[in-house]
Amino acid sequence: MRHVFSVRIGPIGFRIGSDWRAPIAQMESLYTDYPGPHDGVPDFNVRLFAARPWRRVIRPSVMIGGDFVLPEAAPLPLAQGLLAAEMGMNLQMALGQRRYLLLHASVVERDGRALVMTGMSGAGKSTLAALLGTRGWRLMGDEFALLDPATGLIHAFPRLISLKNAAIGVAEAAVPDGVFGPLLPGTPKGDIRHLVPNAAAIAGMDRAADPALILFPRFGFEAAERYVAPSEVFVRLTQASTNYVAMGERGFDALTRLVTTVPARAIDYPDTDRALAQVEALWRDL
Amino acid sequence: MARAESLRIVHLDSFTAVYHRSSGITHLITAPAPEILATLGEAGMTFAALTERLATDYDLGDLDADALAARLDELVASGLVSAA
Repeated sequence: MRHVFSVRIGPIGFRIGSDWRAPIAQMESLYTDYPGPHDGVPDFNVRLFAARPWRRVIRPSVMIGGDFVLPEAAPLPLAQGLLAAEMGMNLQMALGQRRYLLLHASVVERDGRALVMTGMSGAGKSTLAALLGTRGWRLMGDEFALLDPATGLIHAFPRLISLKNAAIGVAEAAVPDGVFGPLLPGTPKGDIRHLVPNAAAIAGMDRAADPALILFPRFGFEAAERYVAPSEVFVRLTQASTNYVAMGERGFDALTRLVTTVPARAIDYPDTDRALAQVEALWRDL
Repeated sequence: MARAESLRIVHLDSFTAVYHRSSGITHLITAPAPEILATLGEAGMTFAALTERLATDYDLGDLDADALAARLDELVASGLVSAA
């Protein structure tokens, strides 16, 4: 392809090829402090390409391809090329990752122990992880927790933090010195703006952590907290995993081990300040 | 019978997770299904013997024969238990 960028995020190497310069330039800028893939060999390839040759220039629209593809994925306008690249990387992980059990969750770490936050889109897991990352925690990732079946440890995957809609303003106010990508209005998921994980997150991305608490946050309700039984955690995490079925017995063993050894709580919260206080209180009581 | 080598069984709480190696399907089961799987073992046994063992080994004495037969049919349908 005409333009190429390679990057390693945690243990996973990517190579992104593009028909256009702009998305690659944005990635080079936002991922400037990240290393390249181990030994220069990526685990996954992503391709951003024009469906027809003239679509490179006339109303350019970006098709997402790669080692693994969704056949019906709709193209994005070139202005959202960065989002296309991020979606392509997520897609490779979701469809192709076999070494780790992938949990759709954000993860932060303190003292070698990981807090795993999962929930529906809009539950606030990206926002909470971004804010905790500025308050004494190390951000390990806002999209995927990589659970190693061999060790039970969580590996970091600190890609760009994907902030959506109201979360953009919350993060801009809370992380005033943060490095943000361009505002991408009108995407299929609304407005999106990416936040670059801070230096501690990037420098520490090769350090795995022992899972210590699983949290199911829910935004927009009065503050509340409840115990979540292992069987409920198991069911919710199988639903939150993109490769549980593909992982077979290794996935079963990894997940049953996680839910029988790590406590879980659900929290409702009316605003992020309250959520951060709830998280700290739960962490103290572990 | 319930072939031990074909099942991975992990007790979670009131539910038990079962991974069925032949199909790759995960099942969540609750009493008396885990007790039935544990009692049947690999050798298998007659329905009458199963009823008696469940009553003595577990606190499942109030389980009537119809209910047990229904649970057993469900386990056979799921592939976790095979009928002789």
